[in-house]
Amino acid sequence: MTNIIGKSVKRVEDKRFITGKGRYTDDIVLPGMLYAQIIRSHYAHAKILNIDTSEAEVMEGVIAIFTGKDIAEAGINGVPCGWQVDFKNGDTMKEPPHPLLVADKTRYMGDSVAVVIAESKALAKDAAEMVKIDYEPLEAVVHAEEAVEEGAPLVHEDVPNNISFDWELGDREKTNQAMAQADHITTLEFVNQRLIPNAIEPRSAIGDYDSTNDKYTLYTSSQNPHLIRLLMCAFVLGIPEHKVRVVSPDVGGGFGSKIFHYTEEALMTWCSRQIGKPVKWTAERSESFMTDCHGRDHVTKAQMGFDKEGNIVGLRVKTFANLGAYLSTFGPCVPTYLHGTLLQGLYTTPAIHVDVTGVFTHTTPVDAYRGAGRPEATYLLERLIDKAALEMDVDPAALRFKNFIPPFDGVNQPGYQTQVALQYDSGNYEPVLRRAMDMVGYQELRQEQAQGRENGKLLGIGISTYIEACGIAPSAVVGALGARAGLYESAQVRVQPTGKVSVYVGSHSHGQGHETTFAQIVADKFGIAMEDVEIIHGDSESVAFGMGTYGSRSLAVGGSAIMKGIEKVIEKGAKIAAHKLEASKDDLQFEDGKWTVKGTDKSISFGDVALTAYVPHNYPEGLEPGMDFASFYDPANFTYPFGAHIAVVEVDTETGKVDLKKFVACDDVGNVINPMIVDGQIHGGLVQGIGQALFEGAIYDESGQLINGSYMDYTMPRADDLPSFETDRTVTPCPHNPLGVKGAGEAGTIGATPAVVNAVIDALAPFGIKDLEMPVTPEKVWKAIHNNP
Amino acid sequence: MGSLIHLKVNGQSQSHEVEPRLLLAYYLREVLNLTGTHIGCDTSNCGACVVLVNGKAVKSCTMLAVQADGLEITTIEGLANDNELHPIQEGFKEQHGLQCGFCTPGMIMTAAQLLARNPDPTEDQIREALDGNYCRCTGYHNIVKAIQYASEKVKKEVFHD
Repeated sequence: MTNIIGKSVKRVEDKRFITGKGRYTDDIVLPGMLYAQIIRSHYAHAKILNIDTSEAEVMEGVIAIFTGKDIAEAGINGVPCGWQVDFKNGDTMKEPPHPLLVADKTRYMGDSVAVVIAESKALAKDAAEMVKIDYEPLEAVVHAEEAVEEGAPLVHEDVPNNISFDWELGDREKTNQAMAQADHITTLEFVNQRLIPNAIEPRSAIGDYDSTNDKYTLYTSSQNPHLIRLLMCAFVLGIPEHKVRVVSPDVGGGFGSKIFHYTEEALMTWCSRQIGKPVKWTAERSESFMTDCHGRDHVTKAQMGFDKEGNIVGLRVKTFANLGAYLSTFGPCVPTYLHGTLLQGLYTTPAIHVDVTGVFTHTTPVDAYRGAGRPEATYLLERLIDKAALEMDVDPAALRFKNFIPPFDGVNQPGYQTQVALQYDSGNYEPVLRRAMDMVGYQELRQEQAQGRENGKLLGIGISTYIEACGIAPSAVVGALGARAGLYESAQVRVQPTGKVSVYVGSHSHGQGHETTFAQIVADKFGIAMEDVEIIHGDSESVAFGMGTYGSRSLAVGGSAIMKGIEKVIEKGAKIAAHKLEASKDDLQFEDGKWTVKGTDKSISFGDVALTAYVPHNYPEGLEPGMDFASFYDPANFTYPFGAHIAVVEVDTETGKVDLKKFVACDDVGNVINPMIVDGQIHGGLVQGIGQALFEGAIYDESGQLINGSYMDYTMPRADDLPSFETDRTVTPCPHNPLGVKGAGEAGTIGATPAVVNAVIDALAPFGIKDLEMPVTPEKVWKAIHNNP
Repeated sequence: MGSLIHLKVNGQSQSHEVEPRLLLAYYLREVLNLTGTHIGCDTSNCGACVVLVNGKAVKSCTMLAVQADGLEITTIEGLANDNELHPIQEGFKEQHGLQCGFCTPGMIMTAAQLLARNPDPTEDQIREALDGNYCRCTGYHNIVKAIQYASEKVKKEVFHD
């Protein structure tokens, strides 16, 4: 079926989900399966003095209890970190082990201490309550800035000042000089608060050891099954990779939190090996709150310098990044290479310097959450520029237009070299903001705002423009930046003898609609029906390898790997077609699912060529039979989507409540395969960004207790907190991948947060309020209005 | 010791001896293997487990299986008529009202009750009705459109009949 790229094809995966036939990890029941309950520390920092399992062990249905001592005695390593960020002076990053079960000390509330395995979930839970653990509670530290102070409690005894690494990027001296000569400096000190990802499906893992064949299967709710297999086999359990199958079946959302290799995955695999039966663990929501990696948690001081005309002359940033108690898989990468490198934004800032200190605290590990570093960078830039506009009394849109990088397509004009290592692929920034302003009716709104102010009505208009780096990325580049893995993607395009096509992809779908988007590409390029294409993902037994779904990389990297396979099929098909048609290969054209001898009506269909490849009776000499190609695609660069978002809010002076009246988004994600799916990605992203601005934030008390670790206490955005959205897009193709796509998964989250906060501050301008800390709750707004901090 | 319960689930009679502490959500998932009803939290906030109990949308994690004795339950598996999708299911597909699909069964069952009570809801009424169901993927935008689609479709069918 040609020409279905770019069409809003309805999703092929939907039928199973809307009829209750989805198959998530917790839905899987294996014969003889046992259930695990993990006993977690309720202290953030405590010595484990004694664990008494005697009463629990003899309870009905209890099969085994393991503690940190058992894990240590078995010589099992902790889960590894996948990204190394060293100290400025060259010293190696401090990387203490993250054991599957801790033996000596707990380091955050939720740290795993023991596991009880029983015949049912209820029995395991009953028995877990009877395990007696003596703790000696210790003083904890939860804030990064406090953790680096002399005398702060240490999370790991061998990590002085709790500092894992310190890191800088850009030209410090040049930036200091630029700032010294600036006519105006805007300063912002802020906390980009800790968020809890909250995929609605709690994490789940089933370990299943088959002693007859000495084979392991791990079912896990993961965005990243292939990498989990590699990490678990090679670095944690020391078991041979070819004896391990990892399956990520349907996964109920991830947003980053299911990228990482978690202790429970290796623990269930190991427990199953010990017992000889399958063992399942599924998180309760309270465990999800405590143990799914959190996101953000930066404390930042940033300064932006301007000349008299309003041109940005410099940017200086100092960030303390809270890494939590252990380094998660990509933990060190997020505040550095996904944050510092994005500080050019869309602006021509000629001098930038960023300094980041990565800090351990007695809190849940922090890693990538939708946007990962880029929302933090964008928030910083877009709040700074809005605050500067307020201070300099210029329109915030005008200040942005003045500083935008001029258009470049990456073909006729070179990519844009930033001050912070990256080279943008293509960009055209002015049109997205112009379009967003048209959509929202910017000038009219400003008039309405002015009139409203006379009547005490607080209307606020907030702009945010952003750039992000997606499609992560060329292996050589990320390797040079500290990644301990390559970042390519694999795809196998297998044309069956009947001309139907099975495509095995390394990317995993957990809501993104790969089974539709990828099938559209294949059907379009081969000129066959969508129904004749099947996309297979999430099973290491059938898929060659994969680097996971995150960083909006599935289409840009995984889709490009499919394109390579498609090209190989068409190339081989042309040889077969030429033979069958008794024509030269160069005289053929492939269109609408058939090879035709140019200028004639002689043709052969895709299906006939496929059949010939498998029944090669009349076949080109020397050509291998079959039609099955594995491809790996390693991109030439990141991709750089961008966009402009505008939020309109009204603030109630009596209650401090912020009412989000309207939200428009104009994004440029390059070429679009399925507009319906892209819009859906934008909508979902927007709400996570709006959630950070207005509602969400993890709160720890001084002893390290997560005090809002439930849906009763952590404010997730609900349907009636939100308006419907208006979205549009411009298209600036990516010049370096075959589909011209850039990625759409994180755009909404990155752009939305500062747009909303800027709108609130804009509404509160009559009160002289220039900044508020997120989330901008009614209480904070009310206090600010009533001058009662 | 277990308690014997008799109930109808998706039109089929069921009798089981269950532990008194067993929640309806777990009964459906683990005893009847109806895994379309999902469990997303432990505080009855997320709504992934919503089923119809005698026609009313109920979070099945707030109810014990023994409390369902003698009642009629409809789960997501029982909503479609033979192979024909319910208009709400169709709406979710047509309007891209789902991404990961985990909250979807609960959303659809909640919407079923809404449309039964109010066949022609406004956007605000739809958003208010979804107040007890979390979705982390869609931003609710297309869920609202899915329910509007179903409402329109049911209206047309009623008019047509």
